Amino acid sequence: MSLAAIEVEAVSKRYPTRAGALTALDDVSLRVEQGEFFGLLGPNGAGKTSLISIIAGLARASAGTVRVMGHDVVADYRAARLALGVVPQELVFDPFFSVRETLRIQSGYFGLQANEDWIDEVMEHLDLTSKAGANMRSLSGGMKRRVLVAQALVHKPPVIVLDEPTAGVDVELRQGLWAFIRRLNREGHTIVLTTHYLEEAQELCTRIAMLKGGRVIALDSTRALLRQLADVRMSLRLRMRGPLPALLQQQLVEIRDERVVLRLGEPANVEAVLAACREAGVAIDEIEVGHADLEDVFLQLMNAGTERSVA
Amino acid sequence: MNDLRSGGDLVARSMEATPATARSLPAANRWVGLRTLLFKELLRFWKVSFQTIAAPILTGVLYLLVFGHVLESHVEAFPGVSYIAFLIPGLVMMSVLQNAFANSSSSLIQSKITGNLVFVLLPPLSHAEFFAAYVLAAVTRGLAVGLGVFAVTMWFAPGALLVPKAPLWVLAFALAGSALLGILGVIAGIVSDKFDQLAAFQNFIIMPATFLSGVFYSVQGLPPFWQAISHLNPFFYMIDGFRYGFFAQSDVSPWISLGVVGAALAVAASIALRWLARGYKIRN
Repeated sequence: MSLAAIEVEAVSKRYPTRAGALTALDDVSLRVEQGEFFGLLGPNGAGKTSLISIIAGLARASAGTVRVMGHDVVADYRAARLALGVVPQELVFDPFFSVRETLRIQSGYFGLQANEDWIDEVMEHLDLTSKAGANMRSLSGGMKRRVLVAQALVHKPPVIVLDEPTAGVDVELRQGLWAFIRRLNREGHTIVLTTHYLEEAQELCTRIAMLKGGRVIALDSTRALLRQLADVRMSLRLRMRGPLPALLQQQLVEIRDERVVLRLGEPANVEAVLAACREAGVAIDEIEVGHADLEDVFLQLMNAGTERSVA
Repeated sequence: MNDLRSGGDLVARSMEATPATARSLPAANRWVGLRTLLFKELLRFWKVSFQTIAAPILTGVLYLLVFGHVLESHVEAFPGVSYIAFLIPGLVMMSVLQNAFANSSSSLIQSKITGNLVFVLLPPLSHAEFFAAYVLAAVTRGLAVGLGVFAVTMWFAPGALLVPKAPLWVLAFALAGSALLGILGVIAGIVSDKFDQLAAFQNFIIMPATFLSGVFYSVQGLPPFWQAISHLNPFFYMIDGFRYGFFAQSDVSPWISLGVVGAALAVAASIALRWLARGYKIRN
């Protein structure tokens, strides 16, 4: 088996509270391969940020081990942290410094002294060059977010973790950011992404882990998750009086914007629905057939709450 | 665009498919990390030097003008030493101590509250490097303010021009005292979760201990009970030892003072280093 970019083994995290202990992570194990674009999804409080904090060395696991590029994040933290770049969720910055000073300082923390060429290149890719001399306080939220990304990349890490990187940023920045991150991924960097924008995860991530209540409830390729957990959906705009035909009632998911959304299970069931409409004298004005998206899968898994065997 | 994966020895090394053995960075790289954190801490206070250097110098001068003028003809702390001459080393050392504490404590609490401490916690800096950078920056600011207070008080009190009789003692206590307060600042910064808690540390511990340490008077002039209380205050030994360097006179032997300050330094450093190694209140 090749060396994993990130290897999480039986990690638990418990925070002491007055009432006892709050379990943020409960025996989590997963493996992110080198070169993957990996998604970490889950509702608020699922344990995503706790897991990232443990991977990054910002928090200590109560049990279990984590390795980044084969290096234990506690015993061999220097090598592990050198291999990792993290874009934190919070929009944090040091108000004393300019953009260039911030990047030079961050570079120095990682032991890199003559790093101006790479700093210039990162700033150019993130459209920060014109702001190089500006104080961090004077930047807009979007610009501050770009600086956070630049700080994570300043030591050229092979593994990059992005914790909600597009939260509250405009479409232009989002597209530019993803173009840059995709390019880094194509060049061999492993990307781990957490996001609440499930369409982003579906489009970008090759594999996804879903967390709920501190446990991994799904871990598979994005394609397999969509194929295995989502069925075929049919959306119809009908011209009719009276109740829906019985077959349509049985398969009804919801009525949205005057459209009846049905769960078909298999594409072959389309014919049965059409036949039922013909028999009931219901006219069809519009028809649309497609697969459910990641959001449907996500909601299905979160609502089910059952643990799937992980691949 | 460079090939990112071949872009640096550090990254290439960290990508090697080796087991997680104790592979360490070359020494030069380690120094760059420590040096950068120290540089950042120095730059931080330098960028607001009106607040961090000029203001405490002005405060020191005001103390000299007010207390010196009022008490000059009433107090003779040491035989043959004017009150202003006696007061100046005390004010210098008080400024050194207070500013060393303020530097490390305020930097840490600001970084914790604003969240930008994460930039220091994510890189491969050890707890000892973290400790060394914050304490060295605190020492630097303490000494800068102390030198400023000394220079300006000389200007305002030319009649009491001071030349240290034992400059090595001056240097030893300035360094040890500022390091001790820098470490206490690190401890206060770690413990505090908000500015209010840090202010309590500063106003209810550091400030009284400094004022009751003999900056403005010789403890020999106090009643026996208060003398005994003063001798329990480590700040007294820092001020007294520092003053010995100027006059070759002190309330207690400078060796005793150095021993007390050294012991306090060792205890404080071991607490701060242990907390930083555990990540106490920093890496939750």
